[in-house]
Amino acid sequence: MASVVSRRSVLPGFGLSLGFTLVYLSLIVLIPLSAAFIKTAGMSWADFVTTVSAPRVVASYKITFGISLLAALVNAFFGGIVAWVLVRYTFPGRRMVDALVDLPFALPTAVAGIALCALYARNGWVGHWLDPLWAGGVARLAAWVPWIDWAGWLGPKLAYDRPGIFLALTFIGLPFVVRTLQPVLAELEPELEEAAATLGANRWQTMTRVIFPELLPALITGFALAFARAIGEYGSVVFIAGNQPLHSEITPLLIITKLEQYDYRGATAIAVVMLVASFVLLLLINLLQKWSRRYYRL
Amino acid sequence: MKFKVLLSFLVAAALAAAASAKSITLLNVSYDPTRELYVDFNAAFAKYWKAKTGDDVTIKQSHGGSGAQARAINDGLQADVATLALAADVDALFNVGKLVPQDWQKRLPNNSAPYTSTIVFLVRKGNPKGIKDWDDLVKPGVTIVTPNPKTSGGARWNYLAAWGYALKKYGSDDKAKEFIAKLYKNVPVLDSGARGSTTTFVQREIGDVAISWENEAFLALKEYGADKFAIVVPSLSILAEPTVSVVDKVVKKKGTEEVAKAYLDYLYSDEGQEIAARNFYRPRNAAVQAKYAKVFPQLELITIDEAFGGWAKAQKTHFADGGVFDQIYLK
Repeated sequence: MASVVSRRSVLPGFGLSLGFTLVYLSLIVLIPLSAAFIKTAGMSWADFVTTVSAPRVVASYKITFGISLLAALVNAFFGGIVAWVLVRYTFPGRRMVDALVDLPFALPTAVAGIALCALYARNGWVGHWLDPLWAGGVARLAAWVPWIDWAGWLGPKLAYDRPGIFLALTFIGLPFVVRTLQPVLAELEPELEEAAATLGANRWQTMTRVIFPELLPALITGFALAFARAIGEYGSVVFIAGNQPLHSEITPLLIITKLEQYDYRGATAIAVVMLVASFVLLLLINLLQKWSRRYYRL
Repeated sequence: MKFKVLLSFLVAAALAAAASAKSITLLNVSYDPTRELYVDFNAAFAKYWKAKTGDDVTIKQSHGGSGAQARAINDGLQADVATLALAADVDALFNVGKLVPQDWQKRLPNNSAPYTSTIVFLVRKGNPKGIKDWDDLVKPGVTIVTPNPKTSGGARWNYLAAWGYALKKYGSDDKAKEFIAKLYKNVPVLDSGARGSTTTFVQREIGDVAISWENEAFLALKEYGADKFAIVVPSLSILAEPTVSVVDKVVKKKGTEEVAKAYLDYLYSDEGQEIAARNFYRPRNAAVQAKYAKVFPQLELITIDEAFGGWAKAQKTHFADGGVFDQIYLK
């Protein structure tokens, strides 16, 4: 034991930099977050349970985590394609497209919400033909498979309903996937694919056996970032969600609702549940990433 | 050397400024739809105060959701006066931060509400669904836009107006609850604030009718054209009383008590009332009321104190967690 402690790193400055790291993390992350826990600690356990398991709150967890997951998955797929195109091909306007990817980072989320709403509402540019199409699709599904509540699950409208939440969360999550994948893709040497080809692999095999395993850890990181970002998103979603209790209310909105009634403890109680759930999920995703690295790099 | 000279100049200048003509800054923390009202009123008050005392007074305005503004003041925003959408939010300044005395509402005439408004309907041109009164809102096929009363202080008045109507017409709390449940079933979008609702109704063209404060409805007509929308006044509505108060702790600290009080008193003056009326708030002053009788039609108005026993009670029964508003969705 003693030998482990006394063994010094060859790199100097460990004590100082670790000190900085801890102070910085405490000021920026740990202390604000622990405030939520401390505030919640003033509640009795029974009150806490009633608050965080009220039907509206439980419904909002399902909506927030479910749609965030869906949006992150879609972003992982399409964001992957975007990153691939941006790295692997040269075409006129590539720099422009590349810069466009960052816009969701920079745009105030309220603006994003209002813009998406203007676009996808029934009187919007896209909405005026896509919204009836979506409504028709949902109605047809309901006719074919009547024992599932399609309108309840999918929502019969684009804007002001669940699809709106999905659109907003996809929008804000996209750059996370693209920006984490790009450097890894750029590092990936074409020689690897050439070697695979000379060794007799067809294109599909090269893709799935050579390229994909290399990309998977970065893809999972991007997915996790997009997912985490979506869980906490408020500004853009409230404008486009319709905010129907039990149907399209996201958890951050319920936190605001509690604050609006000066119920600080109730608000922090829900926040604590979200924090813990997000932490566990991110931890799981991190483990998954580690596992994927080990699995593919035998 | 140069630096020292400059510094002494600055100090002397600051002292001189403090000694002679005072220039005072007030912060009025208000809610969203009073922006235009207070731009007008602040200019008038500054002129009045200069003439009376010779001091220059600059009034800064802050606007946001009424509840959020009250929270900001509790959290340390140095507001000299609070002019919020409902008494409950000023009550919070007492309950949470002890910044005002408990009996703050008794300090000024008319429940500390110098101007009032009411809840009306904004409908589309020609009123295609024939909406005349509250009963028309619960008909199947009519869609309504109104903000969530849990996140929007202003929208609580909308809800209470509907409840007051149903209670009067159908006679029991159970029937009123049924009515409210039917009404909110017709609401496809519950925006978090009043301006959001207006945007949804006006720009996204969602809904046949928007339940709205009268002053907001007038503003929408002014902004988007009286040819596109019309105001429908129901047979019964609620007297919405946006309340004002000096924030005692802040003005005592800043030494602005006198001017802050005068500022609020001036809202009750003829000029203050006139400015309120011009900005579509109903004046309290009888003479100004008579002058604007054509703008503000007469209707039966219930008050929160008579019909609901005050804000604290209404809040607890209807909008607290597990209250009536939650129940109508969970059924």
